[in-house]
Amino acid sequence: MILIVDMNFKKHSLAYHEFVLPLVAIVEEFDDFTVKHHLEMGLEVASEYNKVLLSGNALRNNLFHVRKTGFEWIKQCSKPVLGICAGMQAIGLAFGLQLRACQEIGMVDVTTLLSNPLFSSKFRAYALHNCSVEPSEEFAVLAESGLCVQAIKHKQKDIFGVLFHPEVRNTAIIKRFLKT
Amino acid sequence: MRLGVLFSGGKDSTLALHKTAAEEEVTCLITLNSTNPESFMFHTPNINVSRLQAEALGLPLIERVTEGKAEKELDDLEEAINEAVREYALDGIVSGAIESVYQAERIQRVCNRLEVWSFNPLWKSNQVDLLREIVKRGFKVIISGIFAYPLDAGWLGRELDESLIKELVALEVDYGVSPSGEGGEIETTVLDAPLFRKKIDVEEFEILARGNTGVFNIKKAKLTIK
Repeated sequence: MILIVDMNFKKHSLAYHEFVLPLVAIVEEFDDFTVKHHLEMGLEVASEYNKVLLSGNALRNNLFHVRKTGFEWIKQCSKPVLGICAGMQAIGLAFGLQLRACQEIGMVDVTTLLSNPLFSSKFRAYALHNCSVEPSEEFAVLAESGLCVQAIKHKQKDIFGVLFHPEVRNTAIIKRFLKT
Repeated sequence: MRLGVLFSGGKDSTLALHKTAAEEEVTCLITLNSTNPESFMFHTPNINVSRLQAEALGLPLIERVTEGKAEKELDDLEEAINEAVREYALDGIVSGAIESVYQAERIQRVCNRLEVWSFNPLWKSNQVDLLREIVKRGFKVIISGIFAYPLDAGWLGRELDESLIKELVALEVDYGVSPSGEGGEIETTVLDAPLFRKKIDVEEFEILARGNTGVFNIKKAKLTIK
């Protein structure tokens, strides 16, 4: 059973169609799933599922300007987590990483820096973000674009973050996360 | 939120409008009339019908003319969105983009510059599912433009229904034609939809076609009671 966390500004928002439904289309081929809004989340909810996907959200959704806390459950979560864009930023906030302004809109070149189960080499991916995270001791930087950190992994846990949107042109990355 | 819908009068922007109206306020429609029949960004046949569609929807329409030349078209789009945002105090813009990163990223950039939200409620949807949803919701949609092999004049003016969807699916399998026409292979015109207070009756039309390119040109149409 997979949990998809909707990171948009409210439950049942118009952005749900754009950032959550494309994940649903990929996940439903693999397993049963549930969608929860991020305000409904906590460690108890997450622990009921095998894997957790955190969605992206709209460029103007400055979620973290108003809500810098509330993602602590991610830090305690023992299940594999993949955070996409805003989801990666939420992982960063949960673990005390700094956010850094670096806007990218459109297709970007991503370079893999460390071998990992989700992707390899160089590839192009769709980006839509205003900021990324600063590297930290606790996280390995898996990939970067010229401008910013594009993917991270917790050094001990199966917690992954990708800044780009793999649901747009790199769906295999999400499928590998679901399979492994 | 007060939202403006980028509206071509085709099936995708009309469906995006319906999805938007279910969640937020649709405040106005924004249409670019391209003088270039092979517009990079925008649907072209029967774009003048969008005035009747706006009237049927009871929504104001911001219209702009563009020569439809690649990046210049973007400047025209930005001006049209800017005018709509100022005139109607919009919080954001909605598009009917499904797969086109080209279209989506450019609209995102324009919205970012103007500091408004960008929503794409059809983004990454299964195209055949969308066609079925359009039929199920009771839209009356005709094919008003064809721009790819093996489409021909026989397709123009046909109404979207389950049998047409099956033919489009077969075209995708055999020829790689996108079933929703996302690659610009097919254009459509919506004559009726649930949010239309009146429907559009086509009184005069002409079919202009050569080979695999053609349009169903609506010369005269009026709104009638549903």
